[in-house]
Amino acid sequence: MAVFMQSLISGILIGGVYALIGIGLTLIFGVMRVINFGHGDILMVGMYLTYLLFTYLGIDPFVSVLITFPLMFLFGGFLQKVFINRVLNAAAQNQILLTIGLGLIMSNTVMLIFTSDYKILSTSYSSATIQVGGGVSVSTPLLISFLITAGITAALYWFLLKTDTGQAIRATAQDREAAQLMGINVKRMSILAFGLGSALAGTAGALIAPTYYIFPQVGAVFTLKAFVITVLGGMGSVVGATLGGILIGITESMSAVYISSGWKDVVVFVLFLLVLLFRPSGLMGKSRT
Amino acid sequence: MLRIDKLNFAYGDLKVLWDVDLEVHEGEIVTVVGANGAGKSTTLKNISRLVRPGSGTIRFLGQDLGRLQPHQVVEAGLIQVPEGRRIFPEMTVMENLRMGSYVKGTRGDRERNIAWVFELFPRLREREKQLGGTMSGGEQQMLAIARGLMGNPRLLLLDEPSLGLSPLLVKNIFDILTGINRQGVTILLVEQNVYQSLRISHRAYVMETGRVVLTGQGDELLANDHIRKAYLGM
Ligand SMILES: Nc1ncnc2c1ncn2[C@@H]1O[C@H](COP(=O)(O)OP(=O)(O)OP(=O)(O)O)[C@@H](O)[C@H]1O
Ligand SMILES: [Mg+2]
Repeated sequence: MAVFMQSLISGILIGGVYALIGIGLTLIFGVMRVINFGHGDILMVGMYLTYLLFTYLGIDPFVSVLITFPLMFLFGGFLQKVFINRVLNAAAQNQILLTIGLGLIMSNTVMLIFTSDYKILSTSYSSATIQVGGGVSVSTPLLISFLITAGITAALYWFLLKTDTGQAIRATAQDREAAQLMGINVKRMSILAFGLGSALAGTAGALIAPTYYIFPQVGAVFTLKAFVITVLGGMGSVVGATLGGILIGITESMSAVYISSGWKDVVVFVLFLLVLLFRPSGLMGKSRT
Repeated sequence: MLRIDKLNFAYGDLKVLWDVDLEVHEGEIVTVVGANGAGKSTTLKNISRLVRPGSGTIRFLGQDLGRLQPHQVVEAGLIQVPEGRRIFPEMTVMENLRMGSYVKGTRGDRERNIAWVFELFPRLREREKQLGGTMSGGEQQMLAIARGLMGNPRLLLLDEPSLGLSPLLVKNIFDILTGINRQGVTILLVEQNVYQSLRISHRAYVMETGRVVLTGQGDELLANDHIRKAYLGM
């Protein structure tokens, strides 16, 4: 029982970070109908940023979120304004190629600067654990990162549901032309959405930096995860991505304990295929007509 | 107030508007009638800048709309209630209304305008928390008009507001439009319901295959032989 609780709790904790990554991708997809295949690379940039801030300025990775979030927001907004906005009316495969290309440029630039050596950001608490009772202990950095994730997610929900700008982003995702008829500048909303999506991915990168190896190609696996989460939750659904992220976290953690850690990705993809088979539009998705 | 001169427009190779001239004066209700595919919606899309500009000029309050982005047209006070309602399906009635007053200069009047549109459409007040996508067609139409009014329109464009509504509701909607007009909102209406719309209009234009073929006062056109035969089946 303790083992079960243990893996359930760590699954939820890591799932929080996955949710952040997935929400970022789904937000971008919702507004622009473009899948950002460079999403994981943006996360990777966030990891390196955190690494630099820690190594050269001694800023704690969790505190550095305060810097990473706005910087990655500006970075994403810049990518949108300069590159993605130009292909919004282009064929889907061209948009995909563009985001893949941007991702490649990011990972190769980072490789040129830092080489492809694995970097480790180790803090005093990197391997610390906290006892939560019942023989269950959780990793301290994972717990802190989950709390930050929960805070950011709550703030994001508030922004999307309660503010005029947040509602305008949702309106643009639901009906771009009608949004224009409300006086909403949809190009600006796209820049905001891509900025926010990048800020979330970059922040996720900052949060996992103390517990993951940092290297230029680390993004690929997260792009894939983000994609699975987004499809699982229903393309464009923020609630779906939140649930999808947690679900993937739990599945990974459970299968690592009860099957073998080598099989956890397989189990995730089996789950993914099953959901697609029985609910093709995802957990929270509406079947599109 | 609004003046269109020699508007020509094509979707790719398909030319759909030919030298369209149209004018709306402050305080009027002007209707555009015409058969399916005549180019009525395309004319409105040109006004709201939702399509790439064709040739010709569109001026609103002296301003050349050809230079503006769609959201700037709305900021200028020209608001369109589009064909097919285009309610935000996953937003509540209240959220849809709030989006209607997204433009900065109109947010201050939000509470007052909500009270006003709830008075015009009491049904919306009852449905305040319902998701737009789950409303009936008639309710969605009321919401679409109410949402348009939330933005303090100086000129309101309405594309077939009576489509798919029961005769009683159609009459209700036309009464409300007349009332709104009396309160100072100028209206450009596109309608297939020729009889009802000509009855409430000051002036009207008849479009056929992308051209304006006839124009005159509402009651004049109601008495016109061509209109009676082609549109009223008399
Ligand atoms: N997006 C589009 N792409 C290509 N052709 C279009 C497009 N929209 C409309 N058309 C064509 O342009 C012509 C005019 O269409 P429009 O929608 O303006 O007609 P309408 O007068 O509003 O008709 P209705 O009463 O059926 O709404 C039609 O022949 C239509 O098929
Ligand atoms: Mg039409």
